[in-house]
Amino acid sequence: MNLTEQFLARSAGKSRVSPGDIVTIKPDVMMGNDVTTAVTVRILNESGLDTFADKNKMFIVMSHFVPNKDIKTSEMTQSIRKFVEKHKLPYFFEAGKGGIEHALLPDEGYVVAGDVVVGADSHSCTYGGIHAFAAGIGSTDLAGAWVTGKIWMRVPETIKAAFHGIPKHPWTSAKDFVLHLIKEIGDDGATYQAIEYHGDAIENLTAEGKLTIANMAIEAGAKNAIFPFDKAIEAYEKGRARRPLNPVKVDPKAAFSRSFEWNVEDLEPQVSYPHLPSKAHPISKVMAEKIKVDQVFIGSCTNAKIEDLRIAAKILKGKKLAPWVRGVAIPASQKIYLEAIQEGIVEIFAKAGFAVTGGTCGPCLGGHYGIIGPGEVMLSTSNRNFVGRTGHPKGMTYLCNPAVAAASAVVGYIVDPCEVMGK
Amino acid sequence: MLEKGKSYRYGRDVNTDLIIPARYMSTTDPDELASFCMEDIDKNFVKTVRKGDIIVAEENFGNGSSREHAPIAIKASGVQCVIAKFFARIFYRNAINIGLPIFEIPEAVDDIQYGDILEYDIDKGWFKNTRTGREFQAKAFTPEVKEIFDVGGLIPLIKKQLGKA
Ligand code: SF4
Repeated sequence: MNLTEQFLARSAGKSRVSPGDIVTIKPDVMMGNDVTTAVTVRILNESGLDTFADKNKMFIVMSHFVPNKDIKTSEMTQSIRKFVEKHKLPYFFEAGKGGIEHALLPDEGYVVAGDVVVGADSHSCTYGGIHAFAAGIGSTDLAGAWVTGKIWMRVPETIKAAFHGIPKHPWTSAKDFVLHLIKEIGDDGATYQAIEYHGDAIENLTAEGKLTIANMAIEAGAKNAIFPFDKAIEAYEKGRARRPLNPVKVDPKAAFSRSFEWNVEDLEPQVSYPHLPSKAHPISKVMAEKIKVDQVFIGSCTNAKIEDLRIAAKILKGKKLAPWVRGVAIPASQKIYLEAIQEGIVEIFAKAGFAVTGGTCGPCLGGHYGIIGPGEVMLSTSNRNFVGRTGHPKGMTYLCNPAVAAASAVVGYIVDPCEVMGK
Repeated sequence: MLEKGKSYRYGRDVNTDLIIPARYMSTTDPDELASFCMEDIDKNFVKTVRKGDIIVAEENFGNGSSREHAPIAIKASGVQCVIAKFFARIFYRNAINIGLPIFEIPEAVDDIQYGDILEYDIDKGWFKNTRTGREFQAKAFTPEVKEIFDVGGLIPLIKKQLGKA
């Protein structure tokens, strides 16, 4: 069985499962954020269901509209706080004590390698980056999972995605692997399916890089992404994991519905044009178009981990943003924010002219703190650039890796980081 | 039961940000969400939609975010069901879970235009385009989905299973 099948079989207590089977699994972590949990709380309050299978598996992370951006969201999030208090839930994270759920949970060891996770947020697929089965669900599913401790899943077909080679371009990163994949298979290329990653280029990535790739599996419509357990993930879990790891082994006889092989030697940093992540182009072509940017956003659950911020800081050190560029930087969690302060990264960002704040989703979903206006161009390290996603429906958002974002902020146009840093 | 409604026909990748933009998600109230439904893709939708109308779209309807606000807004707007070539996975679950019927009928999508009047029987998954006279039959739901669909959603099903209905 491939990795997803092994995880689902184990959680369902079966010796074998195949694509198309419906299984009932028992997740280790069942998570919601402020926006989705508000609906879950409403559903639970209206239904009268108020007993839960295991409170230690219920996680609520306030991330999207916090610190509360207006009276309406403060009212909405109040309902969650009351719910948490009433049921004495142990794992509730406010802004300032948490961050964006997909950065927080693996980084602070609440989700560990070998877990089965469901999350009421589409980017819950992120945890596949540290060898977990993790899929996004909605608010009613979350309510059901909290009450029963179980949820049904269809065993998906699995796409095997193998990456080989060492990129020649010094600033090509994990983000570029996944933008390339989405361009190749399409925004719906993996709908209802799992993506399993293999190849020497994958083995060379850090766990953070794998988390970035898994994060964007949903941008190809996938149910989940999954990586084999390896040394990088093992090292990442040291000092983080709060529970024992529970990895599975790669089965050499595993079957896949489709297989892709990509060589990344010539892969340049990619930039996805409005309004789809699949519209990825190599930086050399993008640069020739001289695209002027109004705002650069370094943040989100995709690319605001400490590793990402270090890369951006390396480029920004001692430099200033172009006069017309507004910079917004949001480390993805409070822990990462503190690390960035200690490492001097926040100072580098601030001196360059970035507005820097603590872990919230910010303009990634057009929530608050950096919403773009009509006709404005934002270059963003986030994951989605749909119409209206980051602000005004006539705004234009381009997606890229942290190095491209930092260099472009300095130049004021979308550029190859080599323009700023040399070859 | 035989019913009639107008079709609101859209293209592919009608994502959840188009169905209900994040800027309106500071509420969980279904009627309020409905008042912004489809705003960035079809300004006319909210003004003209009537109870019994149907949304018809091409591939990958509901992709993107997991926000259940999307099917909630559609249902509260009076739309009786959504027909698409196929749905994004989380949207599919969410719609069934809240009792919004959805059907994958590619031939119907190819036949139906914006504004066509459809006759239909939701329980049977049967549709007729009165403009072209063509009839369409949706495939049966899988047993797991049908079990949820028949009682009107996941919460009623769980209540039934726990003996709390
Ligand atoms: S950062 Fe963006 S993609 Fe990630 S959880 Fe927040 S809104 Fe969603």
